[in-house]
Amino acid sequence: MQISLTVNGRPYTVDVEPRMLLVHLLRDVLDLTGTNVGCDTSQCGACTVIMDGEAVKSCTVLAVQADGSDILTIEGLAKDGELHPLQEAFWNNHGLQCGYCTPGMIMTAYHLLQVNPNPTEEEIRHGLEGNICRCTGYHNIVRAVQEAAQRM
Amino acid sequence: MYPPKFDYYRASSVDEALSLLQQHGANAKVLAGGHSLIPMMKMRLAQPGVLIDIGRIDELKGIRVEGDTLSIGPLTTHAAIAASEDVQRLATALSDAASVVGDLQVRNRGTIGGNLAHADPASDLPAAVLALGGEIEARGPAGSRTIAADDFFQGLFTTALDENEIITAIRVPTGQGTRVSAYVKFPHPASGYAVVGVAAVLDIAGNKVTTARVAANGAFECAKRLAGVEQALSGADATAEAAASAAEHATDGFSADDFMSDIFASADYRAHLLKVYTRRALQKALERA
Repeated sequence: MQISLTVNGRPYTVDVEPRMLLVHLLRDVLDLTGTNVGCDTSQCGACTVIMDGEAVKSCTVLAVQADGSDILTIEGLAKDGELHPLQEAFWNNHGLQCGYCTPGMIMTAYHLLQVNPNPTEEEIRHGLEGNICRCTGYHNIVRAVQEAAQRM
Repeated sequence: MYPPKFDYYRASSVDEALSLLQQHGANAKVLAGGHSLIPMMKMRLAQPGVLIDIGRIDELKGIRVEGDTLSIGPLTTHAAIAASEDVQRLATALSDAASVVGDLQVRNRGTIGGNLAHADPASDLPAAVLALGGEIEARGPAGSRTIAADDFFQGLFTTALDENEIITAIRVPTGQGTRVSAYVKFPHPASGYAVVGVAAVLDIAGNKVTTARVAANGAFECAKRLAGVEQALSGADATAEAAASAAEHATDGFSADDFMSDIFASADYRAHLLKVYTRRALQKALERA
């Protein structure tokens, strides 16, 4: 089935099997491998991308469901060689260890800050509930989101 | 992990979806947000040959106040329900429940209609809709009918919906006078699903409870009313003490076999949690009076 969508501002028209997941379209067809597959069961959030303004788990969205959508992935955040404030804040606060969950963390935080520009620590933790990090224990991730909120 | 192969149809209207459903029969599944169905397909727990995507039918989205009824389109997401001031004000228990489904990303995609039709015993919305005295409007080849939430949930993943019907609206009466409600749950620490979740809806006049509707999910094979608690509260004082004493009746009328049991929580433990979370739901509702 032919679908058209915009990813990071660039339009694509591709032919996909109905069962193809959005995350595989991004990684395997469009070669945007910044979005990771973690648990593949809608729990860990590593595959989170922004679809029409909302954070979604791209392992649980069919590519055909994203037909006509506007998708933002981690690759689309930096502009003109400048890191996005969230990316810089994760860097400044060492909001990562192995880095595998980081693209998903940042994309969820991106949505969270769009909806709630000044979240409390509790709201950040509730917002990131669907993103699992097995390394850091979340403290630096929360600090990074707090710093990004101040700068955005 | 890919789902098994299927043929995909995108319906642009309820009529088109119904005709596709009629054409493909038991081989077809309706796809709304897909946050129950797609994981089940990936795990090979469901292998429909045909998916009928209703996700773009705009008439099935949105929240409207119609007189003393809140009407919610089945494609309305948990996030939209949780963020709705009308739902917070008029059906607080539903707002509570929608705000604790899964996580932020799941709430952005999962829909109330898909959730109710799927009827997962550990899901959060069924108890809220049941306690609020909601109705499910369904449309099939023979036309529309309204199913009371009391008759809708029939067992494990089983509802009164016929296989050729689609949910077209969820209606919740907003009540006369002072109605307060709340939903609280004990979430499974890994999955977030309700081990036990309780919704309480109280009508209050003066300092008395006139009517109580209380329902639980997670505890049983499907959401059920807690008749013992409702009776104990009818005409009772609208106080935390009366709520605590009524909550002791949460397991009245149920036997040990009625409770779900798994590696995480035994039937006994769930029965215990049911009393505790009934008390918390009642007291949280009363704090809103």
